[in-house]
Amino acid sequence: MNTESKPIFKLRKRSDTEKLIDKSFKGLALIMANSVALILFAIFLVIFSGSTESMARYGLQFITTSDWNPVLDNYGAFTAIYGTITTSILSLLIAVPLGVGSAIFITEDFVPIKIRNLVSNLIELLAAIPSVVLGLWAIFIMEPFLRPFFLFLNKFLGWLPIFGSEPIGPGIAPAIIILAIMILPIITSISRDSLNQVPQNLRLAAYGVGATRWTTIFIVILPAAISGIIGGILLALGRAMGETMAVTMIIGNSNNFSWSLLAPGNTISALLANQFGEADGSQVSSLMYAGFILMILTLLVNIFAQWLVKKIRLKY
Amino acid sequence: MDYITNNSVSKLGINLKFNPTNKRNIINSLLSLLATIFASIAVIPLLLVIGYILIKGGAQISISLFTQLPSPPGDDLGAGGIGNAIQGTFIITILATLIAVPIGVGGGIYLAEYSKNGSFAKFIRFGVNVLSGVPSIIAGVFIYGMIVSTRLILGSNFSATAGSIALSILMLPTIIKTTDEGLKLVSDNLRKGALSLGATKFTSITRITLPSAFNAIATGIILSIARAAGETAPLIFTALFSYYWADSNSLLNPIASLSVLIYNFALEPYEAQNQLAWAASFVLIILVLFLSMLSRWLSRLASR
Repeated sequence: MNTESKPIFKLRKRSDTEKLIDKSFKGLALIMANSVALILFAIFLVIFSGSTESMARYGLQFITTSDWNPVLDNYGAFTAIYGTITTSILSLLIAVPLGVGSAIFITEDFVPIKIRNLVSNLIELLAAIPSVVLGLWAIFIMEPFLRPFFLFLNKFLGWLPIFGSEPIGPGIAPAIIILAIMILPIITSISRDSLNQVPQNLRLAAYGVGATRWTTIFIVILPAAISGIIGGILLALGRAMGETMAVTMIIGNSNNFSWSLLAPGNTISALLANQFGEADGSQVSSLMYAGFILMILTLLVNIFAQWLVKKIRLKY
Repeated sequence: MDYITNNSVSKLGINLKFNPTNKRNIINSLLSLLATIFASIAVIPLLLVIGYILIKGGAQISISLFTQLPSPPGDDLGAGGIGNAIQGTFIITILATLIAVPIGVGGGIYLAEYSKNGSFAKFIRFGVNVLSGVPSIIAGVFIYGMIVSTRLILGSNFSATAGSIALSILMLPTIIKTTDEGLKLVSDNLRKGALSLGATKFTSITRITLPSAFNAIATGIILSIARAAGETAPLIFTALFSYYWADSNSLLNPIASLSVLIYNFALEPYEAQNQLAWAASFVLIILVLFLSMLSRWLSRLASR
């Protein structure tokens, strides 16, 4: 190398300000990333500490009794917990076949791609509609439209406890239907993505040995995508349990326990939405306790769901 | 050399021609029909909801709707307008965006650029997923417990600020996730190129990788704004509602919003208030759908 000639560039040390900016930027980003953990921890702490008073007073009895009486200052959340679990699980029963069926429709090719894309986009748009707007629609359009059907169920199947009361308007059944509409897009889009991730070769191999389209779907494609689909269903379950506005508006907000799906009921989130604004004293604490139960329920479901969704990503 | 032809095969007694009356082919078509029916049923609610909102809400649209205040229920003067609710929704959502975007983009940058696949990043990504599953009403309860009931912000209780913070908690996971994923898609060669020219990590991020991931990040931000604009549950006991215009003190006072107006007025027994709820739904739907379309368009631009 010729050391005599003039260098064409000059090396310089980084100035202190440059180093400082670089370092503080990293530090700032680290703080921002940590904020997520901090917020989660704070949510847990605030709601837990808010509910300790009620926890000490009622213990597990809070979950098993259904007497919610702000006047006598006596609280039991069984009706709301039961409502949360029934509405979310029954809405899944409606939404899963529709959602998975639509996902198969979108990923298969029995109609032109343009129609499939349109359907896929429309279902995703459904997810963008605010919950409160769906609630408004449910009160004024959906429930009056479905009432003859509910009356029919009560008239002919009224001997079954679940249809044992006369529909009076708002109730658990319309809440289940609006919930099914709300979670449908989640199930459809996650199932669609899982189905799309199944390698094309599996499908071609099945066709190659003479399987029909639906034999292939049932025996090859669905089993390969199943953990993703179940993960999506569980995510939808978590969403259904925490869903607030549309349910609050249509479920009737009654804390009297009834087996009938046609009677008004309550969910934890509806209870919170309805009473939190005007609550004071030990009622706040009991509401926080109910919120704490809701949080634990949704956390468990969500964590399990994410684990399942990740599992299929690792497989292919 | 023998070729398999329809003719040669049928000599063996096998027919390779598609036979639509075959049992398995009938079942096949029936199942395809069923999937088509399911997909149609899935689309119907959307069309019905949008149709009714456009018809029932669109009929209410007038200039005074945007310029007047809502009158308290039971008033004989008519329902008035939703001007302050539109104003309030904009104020709360913008404030929430201002809080959530720096934190979300900053956190996403740390995950994608500094921590990559370390155990810390895994932990935070898990936390982001958990936070995105937290029900929106819980965010409201949390802000009520932390800010409203303790009067943490300058002694105010129900306030626009409290509502915005509650919304920003719900926006955060989406923004972090899209920033993280957008940055991960940026080619590593760009980073190496920047670093080899002597750029600091800071310069490389702000000048090279962030601009390349801009569309992906903007998609996430707009999507989270669209969701926040329609959120109600975190606002009903943080921002509350107001029958007046927002003014300079409004950040520390209760404020109106479209979503809370719909909730309150839908449950009123008065026809005039119900009509106002439909009108507010119309405005909210247009706003939210516009934002969703915008984010879709941006994401298509980003994936190109």
